[in-house]
Amino acid sequence: MSLKGKSKTGARWPTIRFTVNGESRAVEAPPMKRLLDVLREDLHLTGTKEGCGEGECGSCSVRMNGELVNSCLVPVLQAEGAEIQTVEGLALNGALHRLQEAFLQCGGAQCGICTPGMLMAAAQLLEINPHPDLAEIREGLAGNLCRCTGFMRIFESVVAAASEQTAEPSAEEAHHAR
Amino acid sequence: MSALATTRIVGTPVPRKEGVEKLLGRACYVDDMERKGMWFGATVRSAIPRGFIRSIAFDRRIDWSEFAVVTAADIPGENCIQLIVADQPCLADGKVNHCEEPIVLLAHTDKHKLREAAGAVQIEYDPLPPVFTIEESERQDPIVWGSDNIIKSFLMEKGDVDSAWAGAAHIVEGEYRTGAQEHLYIENNGIIAEYSAEGGVTVWGSLQCPYYVFKSLRAVFDLPEDKVRVIQTETGGAFGGKEDYPSILACHAALLAMKSGHPVKMVYDRIEDLAATTKRHPSRVRHRTALDSHGRLLAMELDLNTDGGAYSTLSATVLSRATLHSTGPYLCPNVRVRSRSWATNTVPYGAFRGFGAPQAIFAMELHMDEIAKAIGVDPVELRRRNFMHQGDTNATEQLMREPVIMDQLLDRALAESDYYARRARFARENPDSAVKRGLGIAAFYHGSGFTGSGEVYLNSLAGVDVTAEGQVRVLVSNTEFGQGTNTILTQIAAEALGIDYSDVAMAAPDTSLIPNSGPTVASRTSMVVGRLIERASLQLIDHLRQRAGLGASYSREEFFAACERYRAAHGEVSSLCRYEAPPGIHWDDQKYRGEAYPGYAWSIHVAQVAVDTVTYSAEVEEFWAVQEVGRVLHPVLAAGQIEGGIAQGIGYALYEKVVWQDGRMANNQMTNYIMPTAEDVPPIHVYFEEIPFRYGGFGAKGIGELPHDGPAPAILNAIRDATGIAFCAIPLLPENLFAGLVANQPVEEPAVS
Amino acid sequence: MRGNPAMHDLIAPGSLGAVLDLLAAEPGVWTPIAGGTELMVAFSAGKLNTPKLVSLWGIADLRAIETNAESVVIGAAATFLDLRKHPIIAAELPLLAKAASWIGSIANQSRATIGGNLVNGSPAADSSPALLAYDAEIEMISVRGSRRIPYSEFHIGYKQNALTADELLYAIHLPRRFARHKQYLRKVGTRRAMAIAKVALGATALIEKGAIRELRLGAGSVAPFPMRLLQTEGALRGKTITRETVQAARKALLVEVKPIDDIRSTAVYRRRVAANLLDEFLLALCREGSQL
Repeated sequence: MSLKGKSKTGARWPTIRFTVNGESRAVEAPPMKRLLDVLREDLHLTGTKEGCGEGECGSCSVRMNGELVNSCLVPVLQAEGAEIQTVEGLALNGALHRLQEAFLQCGGAQCGICTPGMLMAAAQLLEINPHPDLAEIREGLAGNLCRCTGFMRIFESVVAAASEQTAEPSAEEAHHAR
Repeated sequence: MSALATTRIVGTPVPRKEGVEKLLGRACYVDDMERKGMWFGATVRSAIPRGFIRSIAFDRRIDWSEFAVVTAADIPGENCIQLIVADQPCLADGKVNHCEEPIVLLAHTDKHKLREAAGAVQIEYDPLPPVFTIEESERQDPIVWGSDNIIKSFLMEKGDVDSAWAGAAHIVEGEYRTGAQEHLYIENNGIIAEYSAEGGVTVWGSLQCPYYVFKSLRAVFDLPEDKVRVIQTETGGAFGGKEDYPSILACHAALLAMKSGHPVKMVYDRIEDLAATTKRHPSRVRHRTALDSHGRLLAMELDLNTDGGAYSTLSATVLSRATLHSTGPYLCPNVRVRSRSWATNTVPYGAFRGFGAPQAIFAMELHMDEIAKAIGVDPVELRRRNFMHQGDTNATEQLMREPVIMDQLLDRALAESDYYARRARFARENPDSAVKRGLGIAAFYHGSGFTGSGEVYLNSLAGVDVTAEGQVRVLVSNTEFGQGTNTILTQIAAEALGIDYSDVAMAAPDTSLIPNSGPTVASRTSMVVGRLIERASLQLIDHLRQRAGLGASYSREEFFAACERYRAAHGEVSSLCRYEAPPGIHWDDQKYRGEAYPGYAWSIHVAQVAVDTVTYSAEVEEFWAVQEVGRVLHPVLAAGQIEGGIAQGIGYALYEKVVWQDGRMANNQMTNYIMPTAEDVPPIHVYFEEIPFRYGGFGAKGIGELPHDGPAPAILNAIRDATGIAFCAIPLLPENLFAGLVANQPVEEPAVS
Repeated sequence: MRGNPAMHDLIAPGSLGAVLDLLAAEPGVWTPIAGGTELMVAFSAGKLNTPKLVSLWGIADLRAIETNAESVVIGAAATFLDLRKHPIIAAELPLLAKAASWIGSIANQSRATIGGNLVNGSPAADSSPALLAYDAEIEMISVRGSRRIPYSEFHIGYKQNALTADELLYAIHLPRRFARHKQYLRKVGTRRAMAIAKVALGATALIEKGAIRELRLGAGSVAPFPMRLLQTEGALRGKTITRETVQAARKALLVEVKPIDDIRSTAVYRRRVAANLLDEFLLALCREGSQL
């Protein structure tokens, strides 16, 4: 729920502009409001979740300017001018991203609460390292806690998605490329 | 129905029913929801573990007229959460029995003002001396619960234990302890509640058991059935932590909704959820065992104790399951188990995957390795000599009517893990290595469903219906929280009805729509509820054949056509069934004897552990799990359950410690309550065997809890193998390993030479 | 979530000069915030007691990593991912690259900065043992100019450092002279990732003619702040590695470190493991190769 647009001194909150999933957005928000809360409350993008508020569980992970960040630790002022991708931006025109497909086939999601952040971390990993080995997958996902799966099927999903990747960037990859 | 007959849908890896929504980030969890005009709620909690509330004052710096304030005095009905024993108040009234006990509730439109106000409620106490451990409670001074601090006790006896000692070739004793464990579902507890005088109470939330919440709301608000409605939202993990706790939170949110006249959302943050909600019961188990000269069990005497916390919640049933699993999958002619659950002034303990069995099996399986060492028998051999077989009776004199294949499971586990070869290699390598490696095993069984007459008492009702739009719906109160309820029940219905998986959906988990098919606990969903859905589906086919012209064989289209004919004649198309106990299930609650569970799943775990003698840390390097589960309804979901349960069991053994300070959890942040990450979990190998269980859905027995029973003892047995030291308590952190490993090594002596 | 965004002013002047002017105009009033991976945790927990914050994020001057013949100069707002990606750090200062990979997770590494790590001043700071072992220097800047001190003098107490009220940590200077040094870094945490160090040891040693010619030992979580183990170094400098010198060094370390019991671990464990890490390092010195 947005705060009323007033600071302590009665001035309006600044307008902070950034793009989310390719769309320009502008929000009036206190500069210290967490990016996580801006996404969920101001932009109604509730795919990104809060699990801990401490940057430990990764369920709030989004991609900002080509890097993976925990949105619960980003004050929205620092997102000014940023390009942000959330889980809502993974699928293209209703078609599942190959990671989403792989998670579905391999059982990478159980209760689903860690899944958005996990997908962001996996997407980030495959962007940087299209064919990671298991150690690299473990490292890439170490900041995303999953209490349901024991991680085995998440690793399998990432391997499956990586093997789907062709040498040429697909239209989907071009869409997401920075 | 011959359950391993070829099936089209059951046993195949169909996509998770709600999977796409979860992957798109569109699944709606309670914090994703808003209701028009919604306020937020907060809880003011006890700062002391035990005492009287002398006064509650509201600091005048806050304008309280903006707030809804609720105390026990506002409760319209009974100030009591409904579970087993009526001892837990919804809100403390004059007295508190644990830190974080809820006293005052506040609601406001602004979350930040709410937080400020919560800090402005000043409560003064007259403290009483608290009790924090089983040992302190056993002194029975002070008495903090009932007349003797004992929430529940059981005595389970078989044969004549007392006369067995004299003839024993060996007598071995041991004491084993387990600590508290936090569920750490990644989604915290949350509820949204609405109230109106005409409509009653409606709640939405993260929960396992809609009808448990329903029952407590009815009692707290003194409302009839048609004025209470509970709707489960997509639930981000539960593991038992959302079995009973949501009833408390729902009553709180609903009371604030009533007082404020607005919908109220209460979603805990991690700090509050860790500090204030239920955890796994700590335990202390003492074993005394008599064996003959061949290493066969002659008698087992156990003293089994759990810490129940300040209120009874589910301690009686946790103790029951612990007691019933305490002697393992072994044949023993003489048994006595005395078990007790003790009240302490800590946050009440509750349900957690395994529900007493992990504690009991930890002790039993460590004790088997202790016996093996004491009498000079290989730990694998010792188990083999003592496994029950079909036709044997267990500790409650239940006859094992179904085949028992522990020998085969053990053979497979040894083969898949290359157990003897690895052990031999480690024995050669360890002396010259700073890292010591070992292998350990655990053998166990886990009863599916409620104990004894529990399922009869639950009297579950479940079934299917067909809407006019041609959608088949599964009607159950059993919920999805990641374990696959939605998928397996719709698979079963689709299979039994002869239609497509995509034709079947779950009816919304809304008590105004669904019958009460019991809680989603106790590994009962696939076995008990699955069987109900199977029966109800077959019953529907029967009705359609008899009254709507459905043929002996039929296509999917013909099925739906018959449904429409049936609807035209009868108004609706639905088929419900009530639970029927399998024949021969007799349980005597007084004597604690008989068929404790209709079916058991059986399992062997093998752990390979590396102990680093520089840092004293133990890591699981590889893990194997072999289990006989009746029928694997969905290979991916089933394996996922085993892998996830094992990961939690690894956490239970080596990482997860609740640090208590004066009755409060001091490490109530994720940075300090440690679960294994993606870099910590070992490769986990899962193998299933299937002996269809005639009374389970398509032959299935339960598997949800089974995998959490084995890892802790297998790991500690592996550490014993690696180091020669028998550690007997979990969590076993490096600080504890260190104490044992360097007991005879002065600190000045270099660890490495 | 217990922080109230409305109770904090956060501004982003956007340039180093503007930030320094602000710190000079109102010393002690504005708390610099870079990636926020510490301050935002406190904020979420309702424990951020600094009402005014000035953002350093996006100020290129502060994030640059430069090299010259003698040193690598790391801007205080360089993230740990920046460090990991830098080829010269990876090649010549591997302990620092290793430490960077141990910070939290990828998501933390993309935002956590080396400057933030040092200014936060936890005794468990992941970058500190490596910086001590590499004899790093800290450059601090204000409107009055800049100054450099050895990193080993930066921390002066538990969560207290040498910055004056108007100063900003500007850069960390690392000498490029460790190519022939044996190097060691080990962190002992509660798990393999996302762990606060219970004990950590970083070491660089130059061996000539079988004797220890140069030695720097940096330890974490054994004192109120990360520290050089000067007494322990003294017991080893100039010596060859024998059973006796190892025992003497161990004895010196056991006296020099002063760990405590806390929520994560115990003093007695930390002392023992710190000593074991030293043994492990000394044992490895007897082996080939410069990196351990």
